Amino acid sequence: MINKIVGSFDEAVAGMTDGSTVLIAGFGGPAECPSYLIAAVARKGVKDLTIVGNTGGWGQQLLDVLRTRMSVILRMPPDWYDPGLLVERGQVKKGILSFAAAPARILTPFEQGVLAGKVELELLGQGTLCERIRAAKSGIAGFYTPVGVGTVVAEGKEVREFNGRKHLLELALPSDFALIKAHKADRYGNLIYRGTARTFNPVMAGAARVTVAEVDEVVELGELDPEAVVTPGVYVQRVVVRPKEPRPWNEPM
Amino acid sequence: MPGERLDEQTMAIRAAKEFQEGMIINLGVGMPTFCSNFVPPDIEILFHSENGVLGFGSIVDNPDEADIHLINAGAQPVSPKPGMSFMDHAESLCIIRGGHIDITILGAIQVSEKGDLANYTIPGKQIGSLGGAQDLAFCAKKVIALMTISSKEGDPKIVKECTSPLTAPACVHQIITDVGVLDVTPEGLVLREIVPGWTPEEVQALTPVRLIVPPDLKEMTLL
Repeated sequence: MINKIVGSFDEAVAGMTDGSTVLIAGFGGPAECPSYLIAAVARKGVKDLTIVGNTGGWGQQLLDVLRTRMSVILRMPPDWYDPGLLVERGQVKKGILSFAAAPARILTPFEQGVLAGKVELELLGQGTLCERIRAAKSGIAGFYTPVGVGTVVAEGKEVREFNGRKHLLELALPSDFALIKAHKADRYGNLIYRGTARTFNPVMAGAARVTVAEVDEVVELGELDPEAVVTPGVYVQRVVVRPKEPRPWNEPM
Repeated sequence: MPGERLDEQTMAIRAAKEFQEGMIINLGVGMPTFCSNFVPPDIEILFHSENGVLGFGSIVDNPDEADIHLINAGAQPVSPKPGMSFMDHAESLCIIRGGHIDITILGAIQVSEKGDLANYTIPGKQIGSLGGAQDLAFCAKKVIALMTISSKEGDPKIVKECTSPLTAPACVHQIITDVGVLDVTPEGLVLREIVPGWTPEEVQALTPVRLIVPPDLKEMTLL
């Protein structure tokens, strides 16, 4: 019997080692963020991670501030743990990110790490970030894109002209783990998402040796409409269900 | 004495005049998002947001109506709308990179006379965020920079060469500012519209770039 459901978040990140490259899905809000998987990586304490994703996160301190400030327009759940938690705990040595700086004067733990020379940043636009992840998933070694020519992202990259326009060679970005968040799963690992919480999650699914999906709910095989499945189960190795009630990040689960 | 400068909302109203029936529009984070509140009532357009939604409604400012599963690229909650569709981020960037965005309106730190755009760093910070802005700047059919003509410190933002790092070279088609509207042309920057109360000389005094003032220069109107 195929059954990808695992019983705990700690089990879901088993096998992650120091120096792993980890795709962390999410965009910038709580709904699309694999919070409990990030918490499990924090508890595991693996170090020298390269994290790949949209942002380096806010971290627990700033999330508390944000939760209060944002409450007038959007209520943030208390169990939102983002990649900043891993940066705060000194587990990250490099970030391959698109939205690396907070859109304000405050400095995130990731920005502080870069400024202190403790963390390395590779900055990419979202298109190239997605496409490099997608290339790894689909067995493509690299691709050419005009986006980034003449800017900071072009440094050290091959330039080739197609149809009179300069293009950059961008390479596939292989990873060890992909941590993603989905709405519903079945035991085959088929996934559906909810609204804009889809974002990077299906892109990262299948782009790493091990893809782990944190889900709101597991349903019986056959309950997901095959026409509506976004991520086919082949891309997913482990599925783990979020707790019904919010739990602190540092509690084994 | 020059006239009053437009406030952000009024600049957004002017920018929204560029929207035409059937267009796919992507609004950058910050001031450009205000434009979604001023869509002309007689046309139908679709807003795209790079986090994976096309055809959403207006910004929601009441936490009782906000849904964390429906946000725009600025992580602001937005309202659902009939005909809306969701997609993953790679698909969403295909919409941008494939040239399917008719207009993008982006904030800017500096724009050069050649239309170079610098907007991904934050003043006072060494680290920047390219986000989806670089893809939009390289690939949208029309790129509008929406910005005040001077910085908060009073420095010109329309410059000969950008000193801030570039998001994209030679990408801006039009600059909508708090004193006028300019087009980027092969001949240089052309002042197309001017805010009532201002003279071309007063606008010229706010940038070191030589502005071309055509005989058909218009006063800016919002309707």
